[in-house]
Amino acid sequence: MSFSITDPSRRQKWIAGILVVTYAIVTLLPLVWIIATGFKTPPDSIAYPPKVFFSPSLEGYVNLFTSRSRVTPEDLAALGPPATWYDAIVRQYDMVITGPSRYGERFLNSVIIGFGSTFLSVFLGTIAAYAFSRFKVPLKDDLLFFILSTRMMPPIAVAIPIFLMYRQLGLNDTHLGMILLYTAVNLSLSVWLLKGFIDEIPIEYEEAALIDGYTRFQAFYKVVLPQAATGIASTAIFCLIFAWNEYAFAVLLTSGDAQTAPPFIPTIIGTGGKDWPAVAAGATLFLVPIMVFTILLRKHLLRGITFGAVRK
Amino acid sequence: MAEVILRNVFKSFGATQALGDVSMTIPDGAFVVLLGPTGAGKTTMLRMVSGLDRPDKGDVFIGGASMQGLTPAQRNVAMVFQQYSLYPHLTVRENMEFPLKSPLLRTKPAEIVRKVAEVAEILQISHKLDNKATALSGGEMQRVSIGRALVRNPAVYLMDEPLSSLDAKLRADLRVELKNIQANLGATFLYVTHDQIEAMTMATHVGVLDRGRLVQFGPPREIYENPVSLYAASRLGQPRINILPADLFGPAPATATHIGLRPEQIRQGEGQEAVVKRVEHLGDQTRLHLTFKSHDLITVTSAHTDLQRDDIVKITPHRPFYFDAAGTRIA
Repeated sequence: MSFSITDPSRRQKWIAGILVVTYAIVTLLPLVWIIATGFKTPPDSIAYPPKVFFSPSLEGYVNLFTSRSRVTPEDLAALGPPATWYDAIVRQYDMVITGPSRYGERFLNSVIIGFGSTFLSVFLGTIAAYAFSRFKVPLKDDLLFFILSTRMMPPIAVAIPIFLMYRQLGLNDTHLGMILLYTAVNLSLSVWLLKGFIDEIPIEYEEAALIDGYTRFQAFYKVVLPQAATGIASTAIFCLIFAWNEYAFAVLLTSGDAQTAPPFIPTIIGTGGKDWPAVAAGATLFLVPIMVFTILLRKHLLRGITFGAVRK
Repeated sequence: MAEVILRNVFKSFGATQALGDVSMTIPDGAFVVLLGPTGAGKTTMLRMVSGLDRPDKGDVFIGGASMQGLTPAQRNVAMVFQQYSLYPHLTVRENMEFPLKSPLLRTKPAEIVRKVAEVAEILQISHKLDNKATALSGGEMQRVSIGRALVRNPAVYLMDEPLSSLDAKLRADLRVELKNIQANLGATFLYVTHDQIEAMTMATHVGVLDRGRLVQFGPPREIYENPVSLYAASRLGQPRINILPADLFGPAPATATHIGLRPEQIRQGEGQEAVVKRVEHLGDQTRLHLTFKSHDLITVTSAHTDLQRDDIVKITPHRPFYFDAAGTRIA
């Protein structure tokens, strides 16, 4: 076998492979367990020793999306045969569906607030980063440091002032309030990340576009933005993950109209016994958008699009 | 096409003065080559005309109109950068269409197709039009970059060492091609190069820049045969002009400190003896490295010379240049 300094040897490849697979198992195991629990029946979910193999049931999902109430066997008999498969599942426990649960609304709130604040963070971050990267901004370094410093303490440290402020402004429990809050927290990350990406785009491209008859804004839009796509995509993923998963502020500032899914999911536990399959189902579905978003943007996460186009 | 005038242009970057009081008139249809070492202000001059940088003082006129406060787009200039700055997210065709599709030109689609095909043909990149710009070799990228300028019909073409990254054959081809294009279009060119042959063959005028000042401006032959200073004389000529103490060959003008001898100003076969140190056969000519009174000098002789190392050659100056202590030519 030939020897090369840069190519890994067969043994190194094996070691690397084993490490990666081990790491994947460790990180994926809880995820697999949650997804599996979502498809168990409540008794299976708390069985000891834990059941790895079980007969799947959609009970968790039905419970997640419905409100139910217990009825007497006589009333149940009077209702006639169940009209749907989910009715059938519920009736095994002497219950009837009384309406949809709030999970759908909460999920939709998460989507609106998560994607709304991500869009706003990335939009503002991109134009701010472009300005910091390309223009002579007075006190540029101090401003950049200030922006970074907003992340130096945990945001929750200012929870009480924000709560009081929001109450005065009428932003408590509103979509707009949560979008603004998450944007404010994410903005420092997005400005700093994007500034790095835009710094790497040689200014020659914009100069060429200016000469080619475009305005500064058109040059930004047609030349800088496509090349910053990689940076914008990865920044968007970071921002979305934060806004999507945020729990503390969501508990504090939302209770009704604008409540997101993270504070809602645990409340399932409180209503009618510890319904773990429903909780797991809620968590599983909650993972989906972020997975889809990341998969959609993954090609932009591969770097190296611009390599070699400008001789340095 | 238009006449370009720089009037008393000053430009500093921080403490460094890039241009100091440069005035120059580029006649309509002229091919002006700027010469000077790195840092002489050549690129800065291009950027002044293009509008990418603004003069601290002074003014630039294109086609008789002051360019003060006008953006690069409003000036209608085309520029080829030293770095081949192709848009990496676009194909070759899209790169070349880019200026034609700008709000400045708004070219009709049929016209765009025709122009791009025509220029691609000239630059021998027709077969690469649908490649990604990043999938080209350096030479191809630079040709696309030139193509992006040539599809337009601007007031002036600005080119910053456009051929420097190409291989010798392509450079020779494109040199002729560019000159033809310029002559056919009657286009005004402002062109920066380090290449002596490019300067001599393409230019109608040469501007010699020295630390931000224009020290001589005129036809290339005039600069070559009648340089105003030691500095201007050493910009052109291959091998370079020999600079020696003024009185080395005999009496010199009173204030002269240096004598300047181009190879054709050294007559062989008469005068005083010099020793051959090295013989370089270049094919079409032969270079002789001589030692004369412990000074080195280089001259040219016939391609088929029999001279060898340590042979003796008699040499004498023929209508040499004399320069004073400040480098100004006095005779």
